[in-house]
Amino acid sequence: MMQKALLFIVAAAGLALLFVLGTLAYKSEKVDESAQLAESNRARLVRMHSPTLGKDDAPVVIVEFLDPACGTCREFYPLVKAMMAANPDRIRLVLRYAPFHDGSDKVVAALAAARKQGKFWPALEALLASQDAWSPNHRPQIALALKQLEGLGLNLEQLRADMAAPGIAAMIAQDLEDAQALNVTKTPEFFVNGKPLPTFGYEPLKKLVDDAVAATRR
Amino acid sequence: MNTDNTAWGLIFGAWLVASVSTLGALFFGEVMQLPTCALCWYQRIFMFPLVLILPIGLFPLDRKVVRYALPLAVLGWPFAVFHVLLVAGVIPEEIRPCTQGVPCSEKVIEWFGFVTIPLLAVVAFSAIIALLVLALIRSPK
Repeated sequence: MMQKALLFIVAAAGLALLFVLGTLAYKSEKVDESAQLAESNRARLVRMHSPTLGKDDAPVVIVEFLDPACGTCREFYPLVKAMMAANPDRIRLVLRYAPFHDGSDKVVAALAAARKQGKFWPALEALLASQDAWSPNHRPQIALALKQLEGLGLNLEQLRADMAAPGIAAMIAQDLEDAQALNVTKTPEFFVNGKPLPTFGYEPLKKLVDDAVAATRR
Repeated sequence: MNTDNTAWGLIFGAWLVASVSTLGALFFGEVMQLPTCALCWYQRIFMFPLVLILPIGLFPLDRKVVRYALPLAVLGWPFAVFHVLLVAGVIPEEIRPCTQGVPCSEKVIEWFGFVTIPLLAVVAFSAIIALLVLALIRSPK
Protein backbone atom coordinates (compact mmCIF):
# COMPACT_ATOMS: atom_id res chain seq x y z
CA MET A 1 0.00 0.00 0.00
CA MET A 2 2.76 2.43 0.99
CA GLN A 3 4.74 1.53 -2.10
CA LYS A 4 1.76 2.17 -4.34
CA ALA A 5 1.10 5.51 -2.73
CA LEU A 6 4.75 6.41 -3.24
CA LEU A 7 4.60 5.32 -6.88
CA PHE A 8 1.50 7.43 -7.43
CA ILE A 9 2.95 10.52 -5.77
CA VAL A 10 6.23 10.22 -7.67
CA ALA A 11 4.35 9.81 -10.96
CA ALA A 12 2.05 12.76 -10.28
CA ALA A 13 4.91 14.99 -9.14
CA GLY A 14 7.00 13.89 -12.13
CA LEU A 15 4.26 14.77 -14.59
CA ALA A 16 3.63 18.12 -12.93
CA LEU A 17 7.35 18.91 -12.95
CA LEU A 18 7.60 17.94 -16.63
CA PHE A 19 4.69 20.26 -17.40
CA VAL A 20 6.25 23.19 -15.55
CA LEU A 21 9.69 22.65 -17.10
CA GLY A 22 8.14 22.29 -20.54
CA THR A 23 6.20 25.51 -20.04
CA LEU A 24 9.29 27.43 -18.93
CA ALA A 25 11.35 26.08 -21.83
CA TYR A 26 8.64 26.88 -24.35
CA LYS A 27 8.11 30.40 -23.00
CA SER A 28 11.76 31.34 -23.00
CA GLU A 29 12.14 30.01 -26.53
CA LYS A 30 9.08 32.02 -27.57
CA VAL A 31 10.40 35.25 -26.03
CA ASP A 32 13.72 34.82 -27.85
CA GLU A 33 11.85 34.13 -31.05
CA SER A 34 9.60 37.21 -30.89
CA ALA A 35 12.53 39.42 -29.82
CA GLN A 36 14.44 38.16 -32.85
CA LEU A 37 11.43 38.69 -35.07
CA ALA A 38 11.11 42.29 -33.89
CA GLU A 39 14.86 42.78 -34.30
CA SER A 40 14.91 41.54 -37.88
CA ASN A 41 11.75 43.48 -38.74
CA ARG A 42 12.70 46.79 -37.17
CA ALA A 43 11.62 48.74 -40.23
CA ARG A 44 8.14 47.32 -39.81
CA LEU A 45 7.67 48.70 -36.29
CA VAL A 46 7.25 52.35 -37.21
CA ARG A 47 5.90 53.73 -40.47
CA MET A 48 5.88 57.29 -41.69
CA HIS A 49 2.08 57.25 -41.72
CA SER A 50 1.69 56.17 -38.09
CA PRO A 51 0.07 58.62 -35.67
CA THR A 52 2.38 59.49 -32.80
CA LEU A 53 2.00 61.17 -29.44
CA GLY A 54 4.82 62.78 -27.47
CA LYS A 55 8.07 64.44 -28.43
CA ASP A 56 9.66 63.28 -31.67
CA ASP A 57 13.08 62.87 -30.05
CA ALA A 58 11.82 61.10 -26.92
CA PRO A 59 14.30 58.34 -26.06
CA VAL A 60 11.66 55.68 -25.32
CA VAL A 61 9.33 54.66 -28.12
CA ILE A 62 6.26 52.56 -27.38
CA VAL A 63 4.76 51.02 -30.49
CA GLU A 64 1.21 49.89 -29.88
CA PHE A 65 -0.83 47.79 -32.27
CA LEU A 66 -4.39 48.84 -31.53
CA ASP A 67 -7.89 47.95 -32.61
CA PRO A 68 -10.41 50.68 -31.73
CA ALA A 69 -13.02 47.96 -31.16
CA CYS A 70 -10.86 46.02 -28.70
CA GLY A 71 -11.88 46.31 -25.06
CA THR A 72 -8.42 45.61 -23.68
CA CYS A 73 -7.03 48.39 -25.90
CA ARG A 74 -9.53 50.71 -24.26
CA GLU A 75 -8.36 49.59 -20.81
CA PHE A 76 -4.70 50.08 -21.68
CA TYR A 77 -5.06 53.48 -23.31
CA PRO A 78 -5.26 55.53 -20.06
CA LEU A 79 -2.55 53.35 -18.51
CA VAL A 80 -0.14 54.19 -21.32
CA LYS A 81 -1.10 57.84 -21.11
CA ALA A 82 -0.36 57.75 -17.36
CA MET A 83 3.10 56.28 -18.05
CA MET A 84 3.75 59.11 -20.52
CA ALA A 85 2.54 61.70 -18.02
CA ALA A 86 4.80 60.23 -15.33
CA ASN A 87 7.81 60.55 -17.65
CA PRO A 88 7.28 63.82 -19.50
CA ASP A 89 9.19 64.22 -22.77
CA ARG A 90 10.74 60.78 -22.42
CA ILE A 91 8.12 58.59 -24.07
CA ARG A 92 6.71 58.68 -27.56
CA LEU A 93 3.70 56.56 -28.46
CA VAL A 94 3.40 55.27 -32.01
CA LEU A 95 0.04 53.77 -32.92
CA ARG A 96 -0.32 51.03 -35.47
CA TYR A 97 -3.69 49.89 -36.71
CA ALA A 98 -4.65 46.28 -36.13
CA PRO A 99 -8.36 46.16 -36.99
CA PHE A 100 -8.84 42.47 -36.16
CA HIS A 101 -12.57 42.82 -35.44
CA ASP A 102 -14.81 42.42 -38.46
CA GLY A 103 -15.78 45.92 -39.59
CA SER A 104 -13.11 47.59 -37.50
CA ASP A 105 -11.18 48.57 -40.62
CA LYS A 106 -13.90 51.07 -41.50
CA VAL A 107 -13.63 52.63 -38.06
CA VAL A 108 -9.87 52.85 -38.50
CA ALA A 109 -10.45 54.55 -41.86
CA ALA A 110 -12.63 57.10 -40.04
CA LEU A 111 -9.80 57.71 -37.56
CA ALA A 112 -7.30 58.17 -40.35
CA ALA A 113 -9.69 60.59 -42.02
CA ALA A 114 -10.11 62.48 -38.74
CA ARG A 115 -6.34 62.74 -38.62
CA LYS A 116 -6.42 64.71 -41.87
CA GLN A 117 -8.44 67.28 -39.98
CA GLY A 118 -5.99 67.24 -37.09
CA LYS A 119 -8.38 65.49 -34.76
CA PHE A 120 -6.97 61.97 -34.56
CA TRP A 121 -6.45 61.78 -30.80
CA PRO A 122 -9.77 63.36 -29.79
CA ALA A 123 -11.51 61.04 -32.26
CA LEU A 124 -9.70 57.98 -30.89
CA GLU A 125 -10.51 58.95 -27.32
CA ALA A 126 -14.16 59.54 -28.18
CA LEU A 127 -14.39 56.16 -29.89
CA LEU A 128 -12.65 54.28 -27.08
CA ALA A 129 -14.90 55.91 -24.50
CA SER A 130 -18.06 55.03 -26.40
CA GLN A 131 -16.93 51.61 -27.60
CA ASP A 132 -19.98 49.75 -26.30
CA ALA A 133 -22.30 52.16 -28.08
CA TRP A 134 -20.86 51.65 -31.58
CA SER A 135 -19.59 48.11 -31.22
CA PRO A 136 -22.50 46.20 -29.66
CA ASN A 137 -21.58 42.57 -29.02
CA HIS A 138 -18.11 43.24 -30.42
CA ARG A 139 -19.52 43.99 -33.87
CA PRO A 140 -18.20 47.38 -34.93
CA GLN A 141 -20.72 49.40 -36.90
CA ILE A 142 -19.31 52.34 -38.77
CA ALA A 143 -22.61 54.27 -38.86
CA LEU A 144 -22.80 54.18 -35.06
CA ALA A 145 -19.11 55.02 -34.76
CA LEU A 146 -19.49 58.12 -36.93
CA LYS A 147 -22.24 59.29 -34.62
CA GLN A 148 -19.76 59.33 -31.74
CA LEU A 149 -17.55 61.69 -33.72
CA GLU A 150 -20.18 64.39 -33.85
CA GLY A 151 -19.41 67.30 -31.57
CA LEU A 152 -15.66 67.12 -32.08
CA GLY A 153 -15.80 69.90 -34.62
CA LEU A 154 -15.06 67.55 -37.50
CA ASN A 155 -16.30 68.17 -41.01
CA LEU A 156 -18.10 64.84 -41.24
CA GLU A 157 -18.92 65.18 -44.93
CA GLN A 158 -15.24 65.66 -45.70
CA LEU A 159 -14.41 62.81 -43.33
CA ARG A 160 -16.70 60.39 -45.17
CA ALA A 161 -15.10 61.35 -48.46
CA ASP A 162 -11.58 60.93 -47.06
CA MET A 163 -12.43 57.50 -45.60
CA ALA A 164 -12.81 56.13 -49.11
CA ALA A 165 -9.46 57.47 -50.30
CA PRO A 166 -7.23 54.67 -51.66
CA GLY A 167 -4.31 55.89 -49.55
CA ILE A 168 -6.14 54.96 -46.37
CA ALA A 169 -6.93 51.43 -47.49
CA ALA A 170 -3.30 50.96 -48.51
CA MET A 171 -2.14 52.23 -45.12
CA ILE A 172 -4.40 49.79 -43.25
CA ALA A 173 -3.21 46.96 -45.46
CA GLN A 174 0.40 47.93 -44.71
CA ASP A 175 -0.23 47.96 -40.95
CA LEU A 176 -1.92 44.56 -41.11
CA GLU A 177 0.96 43.19 -43.16
CA ASP A 178 3.46 44.51 -40.60
CA ALA A 179 1.39 43.02 -37.77
CA GLN A 180 1.53 39.65 -39.46
CA ALA A 181 5.28 39.89 -40.04
CA LEU A 182 5.81 40.76 -36.37
CA ASN A 183 3.47 37.93 -35.33
CA VAL A 184 1.01 40.33 -33.73
CA THR A 185 -2.15 38.25 -33.44
CA LYS A 186 -3.87 39.94 -30.50
CA THR A 187 -4.46 43.52 -29.51
CA PRO A 188 -3.11 45.51 -27.89
CA GLU A 189 0.46 44.43 -28.59
CA PHE A 190 3.33 46.59 -27.41
CA PHE A 191 6.94 47.01 -28.43
CA VAL A 192 9.11 49.20 -26.22
CA ASN A 193 12.19 50.44 -28.06
CA GLY A 194 11.77 47.48 -30.38
CA LYS A 195 11.38 44.91 -27.61
CA PRO A 196 8.19 42.84 -27.36
CA LEU A 197 6.52 42.12 -24.01
CA PRO A 198 7.81 38.86 -22.47
CA THR A 199 4.22 38.10 -21.40
CA PHE A 200 1.10 40.16 -21.92
CA GLY A 201 -0.06 42.33 -19.06
CA TYR A 202 0.17 45.75 -17.46
CA GLU A 203 3.02 44.83 -15.11
CA PRO A 204 5.32 43.47 -17.86
CA LEU A 205 4.62 46.59 -19.97
CA LYS A 206 5.29 48.90 -17.03
CA LYS A 207 8.53 47.12 -16.24
CA LEU A 208 9.73 47.27 -19.84
CA VAL A 209 8.92 50.99 -20.02
CA ASP A 210 10.45 51.76 -16.61
CA ASP A 211 13.63 49.89 -17.54
CA ALA A 212 13.86 51.75 -20.85
CA VAL A 213 13.32 55.11 -19.14
CA ALA A 214 15.89 54.23 -16.45
CA ALA A 215 18.40 53.30 -19.16
CA THR A 216 18.11 56.77 -20.73
CA ARG A 217 18.78 58.44 -17.38
CA ARG A 218 22.05 56.66 -16.86
CA MET B 1 -3.95 -10.32 -3.61
CA ASN B 2 -2.25 -10.98 -6.94
CA THR B 3 -5.31 -10.07 -9.01
CA ASP B 4 -5.59 -7.01 -6.79
CA ASN B 5 -2.11 -5.95 -7.78
CA THR B 6 -2.84 -6.51 -11.46
CA ALA B 7 -6.05 -4.48 -11.30
CA TRP B 8 -4.29 -1.71 -9.41
CA GLY B 9 -1.55 -1.58 -12.02
CA LEU B 10 -4.04 -1.46 -14.89
CA ILE B 11 -6.08 1.35 -13.35
CA PHE B 12 -2.88 3.18 -12.48
CA GLY B 13 -1.80 2.81 -16.12
CA ALA B 14 -5.11 4.25 -17.30
CA TRP B 15 -4.62 7.17 -14.90
CA LEU B 16 -1.13 7.78 -16.30
CA VAL B 17 -2.48 7.91 -19.86
CA ALA B 18 -5.30 10.26 -18.82
CA SER B 19 -2.90 12.53 -16.94
CA VAL B 20 -0.41 12.75 -19.79
CA SER B 21 -3.30 13.52 -22.19
CA THR B 22 -4.74 16.16 -19.89
CA LEU B 23 -1.42 17.90 -19.32
CA GLY B 24 -0.70 17.62 -23.03
CA ALA B 25 -4.03 19.22 -23.92
CA LEU B 26 -3.41 22.00 -21.41
CA PHE B 27 0.07 22.51 -22.83
CA PHE B 28 -1.24 22.81 -26.38
CA GLY B 29 -4.05 25.13 -25.33
CA GLU B 30 -2.69 27.25 -22.51
CA VAL B 31 1.05 27.30 -23.11
CA MET B 32 1.35 27.06 -26.88
CA GLN B 33 -1.98 28.87 -27.19
CA LEU B 34 -3.13 26.68 -30.03
CA PRO B 35 -6.81 27.22 -30.80
CA THR B 36 -9.16 24.74 -29.15
CA CYS B 37 -12.01 23.78 -31.48
CA ALA B 38 -15.43 22.55 -30.42
CA LEU B 39 -14.62 18.85 -30.92
CA CYS B 40 -11.46 19.23 -28.82
CA TRP B 41 -13.60 20.56 -25.98
CA TYR B 42 -15.88 17.52 -26.06
CA GLN B 43 -12.87 15.22 -25.91
CA ARG B 44 -11.53 17.23 -22.99
CA ILE B 45 -14.84 16.86 -21.18
CA PHE B 46 -14.46 13.08 -21.26
CA MET B 47 -10.71 12.99 -20.59
CA PHE B 48 -10.11 15.47 -17.76
CA PRO B 49 -12.42 13.89 -15.13
CA LEU B 50 -10.56 10.58 -15.43
CA VAL B 51 -7.51 12.22 -13.86
CA LEU B 52 -9.52 12.69 -10.67
CA ILE B 53 -11.87 9.71 -10.71
CA LEU B 54 -9.30 6.97 -11.29
CA PRO B 55 -7.01 7.74 -8.31
CA ILE B 56 -10.03 7.69 -6.01
CA GLY B 57 -10.40 4.03 -6.99
CA LEU B 58 -6.70 3.40 -6.37
CA PHE B 59 -6.56 4.41 -2.70
CA PRO B 60 -7.79 2.06 -1.45
CA LEU B 61 -8.29 -0.17 -4.49
CA ASP B 62 -11.95 -0.14 -5.52
CA ARG B 63 -12.54 -1.94 -8.81
CA LYS B 64 -15.94 -0.34 -9.08
CA VAL B 65 -14.14 2.78 -10.28
CA VAL B 66 -14.02 1.09 -13.68
CA ARG B 67 -17.82 1.25 -13.80
CA TYR B 68 -17.67 5.01 -13.35
CA ALA B 69 -14.65 5.75 -15.50
CA LEU B 70 -15.27 3.48 -18.48
CA PRO B 71 -18.40 5.32 -19.76
CA LEU B 72 -16.40 8.53 -19.97
CA ALA B 73 -13.66 6.91 -22.01
CA VAL B 74 -16.17 5.04 -24.18
CA LEU B 75 -18.02 8.27 -24.97
CA GLY B 76 -14.85 10.23 -25.59
CA TRP B 77 -13.51 7.70 -28.08
CA PRO B 78 -16.06 8.31 -30.89
CA PHE B 79 -15.49 12.06 -30.63
CA ALA B 80 -11.78 11.54 -31.17
CA VAL B 81 -12.36 9.10 -34.04
CA PHE B 82 -14.83 11.50 -35.66
CA HIS B 83 -12.24 14.25 -35.34
CA VAL B 84 -9.51 12.16 -36.97
CA LEU B 85 -11.84 11.32 -39.88
CA LEU B 86 -12.70 14.99 -40.23
CA VAL B 87 -9.05 16.04 -40.35
CA ALA B 88 -8.29 13.23 -42.80
CA GLY B 89 -11.10 14.49 -45.02
CA VAL B 90 -13.03 11.20 -44.87
CA ILE B 91 -16.04 13.05 -43.44
CA PRO B 92 -17.08 15.92 -45.70
CA GLU B 93 -17.06 19.55 -44.59
CA GLU B 94 -20.84 19.97 -44.43
CA ILE B 95 -21.51 17.87 -41.39
CA ARG B 96 -18.74 19.21 -39.25
CA PRO B 97 -20.27 20.63 -36.08
CA CYS B 98 -18.16 23.77 -35.81
CA THR B 99 -18.72 26.27 -38.58
CA GLN B 100 -17.88 29.34 -36.54
CA GLY B 101 -14.74 29.98 -34.58
CA VAL B 102 -11.93 27.51 -35.02
CA PRO B 103 -12.44 25.01 -37.80
CA CYS B 104 -11.98 21.49 -36.44
CA SER B 105 -10.56 20.25 -39.71
CA GLU B 106 -7.53 22.47 -39.33
CA LYS B 107 -4.30 20.64 -38.58
CA VAL B 108 -2.43 22.67 -36.01
CA ILE B 109 0.22 20.03 -35.38
CA GLU B 110 1.56 17.26 -37.58
CA TRP B 111 4.50 15.28 -36.25
CA PHE B 112 6.33 12.77 -38.46
CA GLY B 113 3.83 13.54 -41.16
CA PHE B 114 0.88 11.73 -39.58
CA VAL B 115 0.62 12.35 -35.82
CA THR B 116 -2.08 14.95 -35.16
CA ILE B 117 -3.63 15.96 -31.84
CA PRO B 118 -6.91 14.07 -32.52
CA LEU B 119 -4.90 10.97 -33.40
CA LEU B 120 -3.15 11.24 -30.02
CA ALA B 121 -6.61 11.48 -28.44
CA VAL B 122 -7.80 8.31 -30.21
CA VAL B 123 -4.70 6.46 -29.02
CA ALA B 124 -5.19 7.73 -25.45
CA PHE B 125 -8.90 6.88 -25.27
CA SER B 126 -8.24 3.43 -26.81
CA ALA B 127 -5.47 2.73 -24.30
CA ILE B 128 -7.62 3.82 -21.36
CA ILE B 129 -10.55 1.67 -22.55
CA ALA B 130 -8.27 -1.34 -23.03
CA LEU B 131 -6.67 -0.97 -19.60
CA LEU B 132 -9.99 -0.49 -17.82
CA VAL B 133 -11.65 -3.42 -19.63
CA LEU B 134 -8.68 -5.60 -18.70
CA ALA B 135 -9.05 -4.49 -15.09
CA LEU B 136 -12.71 -5.46 -15.27
CA ILE B 137 -12.02 -8.89 -16.79
CA ARG B 138 -9.25 -9.67 -14.32
CA SER B 139 -11.54 -8.97 -11.39
CA PRO B 140 -12.76 -11.94 -9.40
CA LYS B 141 -16.43 -12.49 -10.00
